[in-house]
Parts: sequence; structure tokens; C-alpha cells
Amino acid sequence: MTASEVAIDIENLEKTFDGENFVFKGINLKIPRGKITCIIGFSGTGKSVLLKHILGLLRPTEGSITVLGENLNNLANHDRIEFRKKFGVLFQNAALFDDMNTIDNVCFPIREHLRYLSDNEITNIAVDRLKLVKLDEIHYHKLPNELSGGMKKRVGLARAIALDPDILVYDEPTTGLDPVLTEMVDDLILETHRHRPGLTSLVVSHDLYAAFRIGDFIAMLDSGKILLFGTPQDFYESEIPLVKKFVAKGTKKT
Amino acid sequence: MTVLTIPRKITETTWEKIISIINSCHDWFADVGAIFYFLLAAMRGSVSKPYRVGEFFKHAEFIGNKSIGIVALTGLFTGMALSYQIYLGFSLVNASNLVGPTVALAIARELGPVMTGLIVSARAGGAMAAHIGTMRVSEQIDALEVMGVDPIQYLVSPRIIAAIMVMPLLTAVFDFVSMVGAHLICINFLQMDGAIFWEKIRMWLEPRHIYEGFFKSIFFGFFFSMICSYSGYTTKGGARDVGNATNRGVVSSMVMTIVLDYFLTHFIRIYYKLVGI
Repeated sequence: MTASEVAIDIENLEKTFDGENFVFKGINLKIPRGKITCIIGFSGTGKSVLLKHILGLLRPTEGSITVLGENLNNLANHDRIEFRKKFGVLFQNAALFDDMNTIDNVCFPIREHLRYLSDNEITNIAVDRLKLVKLDEIHYHKLPNELSGGMKKRVGLARAIALDPDILVYDEPTTGLDPVLTEMVDDLILETHRHRPGLTSLVVSHDLYAAFRIGDFIAMLDSGKILLFGTPQDFYESEIPLVKKFVAKGTKKT
Repeated sequence: MTVLTIPRKITETTWEKIISIINSCHDWFADVGAIFYFLLAAMRGSVSKPYRVGEFFKHAEFIGNKSIGIVALTGLFTGMALSYQIYLGFSLVNASNLVGPTVALAIARELGPVMTGLIVSARAGGAMAAHIGTMRVSEQIDALEVMGVDPIQYLVSPRIIAAIMVMPLLTAVFDFVSMVGAHLICINFLQMDGAIFWEKIRMWLEPRHIYEGFFKSIFFGFFFSMICSYSGYTTKGGARDVGNATNRGVVSSMVMTIVLDYFLTHFIRIYYKLVGI
């Protein structure tokens, strides 16, 4: 993979919170540009911690993370805030602002970063994004606590794509959803990716079925290292016992 | 090895005690450093673009307008109770004429800012810590960060400025309503002479005494909003931790109000001496 084909380059990443126990023991991973990459692993293997490193919310103990050619270690706190505009993130529980209604939640990042736009223009962009995620107009003025889990995810996704980010990150997007909603969210991820050429999507999940269904590439995290990185086909053909066990579980539903 | 055969350590060696003390000092310095950094970030946020004018008015309305009722009610009864107690004491030495100025000075210089500080710390400070803490545990603050919005500038700076601006106004309300309470008790209930009551106040109470209270209230506003915001911002965990953070924020800011009042009083005395008042 050439440098221009890599969206996120993680080199020898090590992380410890207490100085003794290491969550990551030297992770090396190159996430390709313009593709959907899924990071999978057992609970507690540090998937969300890895995500927070990529987003610059946590600093590595050792190693470096380069996102779109920019080394995060060299960025001061204020520059990190600016840098994060390149990301759109759908959080596990959508993380909608609970004192704002649906439309205001989606308008928020646009209002923050495209201050030269009029209120009408901002609302039009927000409505466009909400239509993309197929949310009915009757929900536009509801507060987050009046929305169902699936609707919250849609609003969260609409907010994440509001500024046309270069990298779209999904943190456990299907956790806590029923099978129908899970499939709906997976389709939404695929559709959003297809509608935006050049978009790099990163999905952190423990849902193997979804990873095999939507991922162009899959990285499996275990014991603080990347156990295997490759296409779903590489996973099917792998002889690593833990990967085989995972694949067996993942293909059960398919 | 069974559990019973594991040697249990019940005493610490001197070296371990030293290490423990060093660790405690390290943690304390780290906490102080974190608070100082938070304070600097909040100060920088209040003067850097984008200016959060809308957020400022929203918080000013919450701290001020929504606290005014409880401040006025507390002020009324404080003025009534204080004037009654002072009357009972002063009448023993035939000094009931001095009830008015004593109450007015006590309220303008001490009780007005301190009581307002305590009430607003409990009410608005608690709400601040709980709201920011809930945002922290539900990843809303992370969401702000990944959207490229500085969460301290968005959430904390407007709250601190709003508290600083609104506290003197609430103190003025407390002072005024307390004096109304004192008037009701002294003139209507204790049948004191209204003209003497107000004339003595006019003689003894100077504008600087009232400004002294306003000056203190600015510091109380700054510290309670800072402490409660910090407490909420550093919340980790879930709902119980939000409760603990709220409790910690409110208690710390109330204690801080009382302690700070003592030092500010000394500071003002020194200032008066320096300028020859």
C-alpha cells in the first residue's frame, strides 16, 4: 500500500494507563483510504481505546498515529481540535445533545464551522442529511429522549456526515439494537459509504456478521496486538485458531 | 497455596510510608495542575473566538432569573430574623436605634454576598456539575471534541462569565429584600420609629460598603462556577459518579465561599488602609 492509499497509519502503538498493564503492546496497522475497515475483537481488548487514539482523544504511551499524512504526536491540543474536523463519528449511544432537538443536533456542527451560512442554508443542509438517513420529518423537532434507539443512530449518523468528513468512524454502531435495526444500520453504513466517493469508513464492532458483510478489510485485535489484518477472504482462509473460531461464529448467521 | 497461607501484610515499612506520602503529594500536585490548566483553558476560551454570546445569555438567564425567587425569599427571612435578633440584644443596652445600621452593614458587607453565594452555589452550581457530568458520561463531551469544538470554551467559559456578571445583581436583590424584611420587622412589628431607622442607616452605611459586597460576590461567582464545572467535567463512570461529582462540586464551592469570604474581608481592610479610608 503506498502512502497516498493509507488513511490512518498506526506504528508500534503502546498504551498503558497505570504504567504496568499494557492495553496495546505494539500495534501496527495501515487503514486504507476510501474503504470500509472493521476493527473486531472480544470485549475488553481495547477497540474503543484504539478509536480514541485515532481521534486524538488519548495520547499513546509509545508509537505514533498518522492520519491523512498528519502525525498526531506533533499536534498541540488546540490543533487537535481543528484536526478533528476531518472526522465524523457515530458514537455507541449516538451521544446526541440532550438539550437540543433532532434538527438542532444536526445543525450544530454546521453552525459551528460554517458560520458564514444563513440559518436557512444551515437548516437545508441538516434536512438533506436527515433525508439521507431516511428519518421522517415528524421526528425533526423531537428531543433525543423522545426518539427510539434506531432513530437516535440515524440522527447521530446525520450529524456525523453533516460536514462531509474525510473519515467516518462508527463506534459499536449496532450494540443494543434488535436484528432488524442492526441490519438497517449496516445498510445505512454501506449506503453512506457508497454515496460519498473517497470516504474512509472505520467501524469498531464486536458484531462479526456485520464485519464480514460490510467490511472491505477487517482487523482483529487481541491481547494488545493486531492478530490479523486482511480482507474477509483472508479471514476465511486463516489458520490462526482464534481467527478460525471467530470466523466460525461470524459465518453462522450468513 | 490456599488463601489462608498467603502472608498478609498489616504494617508498612518506613520506606513504604515514604513512598505512599510521595505518591499522595504527586497526586495532589497533579490535581492542582489539572485545575490550573482547566482554569487557564476556561479563561482563554472566554476571550477567544467564536464568542459564545448566546450561551452566555442562556446561562445568565438560568443562574440569574431562575435563582432570583429563592434569593429574594431567603433574603427576606434573613433580614427579618437578623433584625429581630439584633433588636433583642441591643434593646438590653438601650441601643435599639442602631438596629437599622447594624443590619444594613452586616447584610451589605457579609450576609448579602455570602448567603447569595451559598444559595446560588447549591442551586445553579449543582445544576452545572450535574449537566456537564451527564454530558461527560454519555459521551456528549467526546462528541463535541471530535466535532472540532473546544468543550471547555463551549461549556465552561460562558458559565463562568455568566456567574461573574450575575452574582452582583443577585446580591443587590438579596440586600434590597433583606432590608425590606428588616423594615417590616422593626417598623411594623416592633413599632420602631421609621424615620430614625432609615436616617441611622443613611448616616452609617456608605456606598463602598455595598460595593464591598458586590466585589466579594464576583469572586464567589467565579469560584463556584469554576469548581462545579471542573467537578462535572472530570466525572468518570456512570450515574452514581455524576451524583458524587455534583455533591463534591456543591460542597467544595460552599466551603470555598465561606473561606474566601474571610480572606477577602482582610484584603479589603488592607486596601482601605492603603488608600486611607
